[in-house]
Amino acid sequence: MADVAIKASGIVKWFGQGEARTQALRDVSLEAYLGEMLYIVGPSGSGKTTLLSVLSGILRPDSGSVSVEGADIWNLGSDKLADFRLHKIGFVFQDYHLFPRLTTAENVAVPLILKRTDWSDAIVEAKKYLDIVGLKGRADLPPVKLSGGEQQRVAIARAIVGQPDILIMDEPTASLDGDTGHAVVGFVKNNILNEKRCILIVTHDARINEFATRILKMEDGRLTGFEKGGTE
Amino acid sequence: MRGILKLAYKLLVNDKAKFTALLVGITFAVFLMIAMTSLFAGVLKRASATVINLGASMWIMDPSVQTVANTIGMPDYVLDAARSIQGVNYAVPVYSGGALVKLADGGYQSVTVVGLDDTSLFGRPQLMQGKIEDIYGENAFIVVKDPEFSKLGNPSVGTEFELNEHRGVIVGIAQVASSGLFGVPTLYTTYERALQYIPNPRFTISYVLVKPKSPADVPNIKREVQALGYLALTEDEFMGKISDFYMFQTGLGMNLLIMTVMSFIVGLSISGQTFYTFVLENLEKFGALKAMGAKSHELILMILFQASFTALTGYGLGIGLCALTIALAKLRLPDYAAMITYWNLGLAFVMVVIIAAVSSYFGVRKVLRIEPFDIFRG
Repeated sequence: MADVAIKASGIVKWFGQGEARTQALRDVSLEAYLGEMLYIVGPSGSGKTTLLSVLSGILRPDSGSVSVEGADIWNLGSDKLADFRLHKIGFVFQDYHLFPRLTTAENVAVPLILKRTDWSDAIVEAKKYLDIVGLKGRADLPPVKLSGGEQQRVAIARAIVGQPDILIMDEPTASLDGDTGHAVVGFVKNNILNEKRCILIVTHDARINEFATRILKMEDGRLTGFEKGGTE
Repeated sequence: MRGILKLAYKLLVNDKAKFTALLVGITFAVFLMIAMTSLFAGVLKRASATVINLGASMWIMDPSVQTVANTIGMPDYVLDAARSIQGVNYAVPVYSGGALVKLADGGYQSVTVVGLDDTSLFGRPQLMQGKIEDIYGENAFIVVKDPEFSKLGNPSVGTEFELNEHRGVIVGIAQVASSGLFGVPTLYTTYERALQYIPNPRFTISYVLVKPKSPADVPNIKREVQALGYLALTEDEFMGKISDFYMFQTGLGMNLLIMTVMSFIVGLSISGQTFYTFVLENLEKFGALKAMGAKSHELILMILFQASFTALTGYGLGIGLCALTIALAKLRLPDYAAMITYWNLGLAFVMVVIIAAVSSYFGVRKVLRIEPFDIFRG
């Protein structure tokens, strides 16, 4: 059995107040393991993104705990929590959120800059990761000069340049055509995933299901079972 | 930390349109603020030109005097009394008044005539041509070569003119530290000749110029002069009194203050709004940085750096532009009175800091409120 990367227990999250108050997560518990690519799937509004945010230390749950390496991240202060995200988590946002005014290499270097790496060292390292994601020679271009699939790869390079244990990908194929989306996730599976890393993906896209180690179904704020791998 | 600042710098300057708009706003505001205040500083300095040029440590005058130009004659006993005050090294009279000069071409020109003490010639200007002792010659005058010099037809040594139907002759050409405010040429002569040439009321001494034996004697001299019913001021106090008059008893100070405040508001509006828009446009990116692990104080630092960098760059450009404009203006208009002082620069700097602080305050508030979760939710 692989080591546990993230363990969530009894996560509850409410949004809004009064009559508009809705429960986004209802007593969610799960474990994600190093070396696996875990998908969370479900209809819109089922709580997938909320769960991902709670697991990655972005959104504080109303109750429950999230443990990484045995420590509850929600017991950390705000600066420690930011450090946790910086050192342990890599994010690939749905819209990439690349900086249009920076070069591709500078975009990839951002997590290293936040870790106080010297600028020129960070750029050198960023270029290595651009090579890894197949964007050699694109380092000095602004992201807007790249195709959607290439921008997605830049976002992936940025997410992994700090060598995080956990990679969070939110709808990684939403802005890509079917073939490109398939290729990008396949690339992640074959080149980014390793036995020391866990990749959590929220997706609607069933065409990439073949790459998942396990697929967790969510509905109405609850985990309703496994679509692939695991047991009910 | 330098990497984060470089990141902030690149995010700012690589957005060329916004950065240019920000710089234009601040540069324009600084230019206007310094132009207004330097004009005021120049006017104030010129208003005190006679005080600066004569260089006396203390001035005795009628208490009603408001500026050096509006003299009120004092009786001779004031001079005698001043000389007898303990702590006075020496005291001399000076005459300052206006007159009309008839030029060789038949035209008339207003002048300021300064009559120096015949014995000491205290306050004499620095001569560029001629000898100072020639001032004792018949009908002798020394003309100051300042921007108004040409109004006397660019006279040379030996040039003759009429002053109140008295013959006058230029025996020297001099330079002084500061030109006058009112755009008229200045002639120096002896005190006695000034009284002969210019019709005067009963009391003729415009000011008594005093040299105290030491700075410690100044309070006593002031007291003794006050006991006579007159006023003794140090050079700085007299210039301060003149400044106060122009600042508070004419419309000049208030008008320039209003213009300066308007410049500040324009700068604040343009820069504040543009910077806020810049932050709003980058809000998602700041949220993404927060999600990735940037701490709040690092984001605040980035915004403060961006605002400060823009403000200081605009400040420098504004000063440069203003200095250039003043230099060009002085080429065409030698009388142009603007003068950039440390005070102007300090005031503009404080205002620019306020612009940067207000601009960044709203940006910081917005960035601190953005939740990384909002980035996930899109």
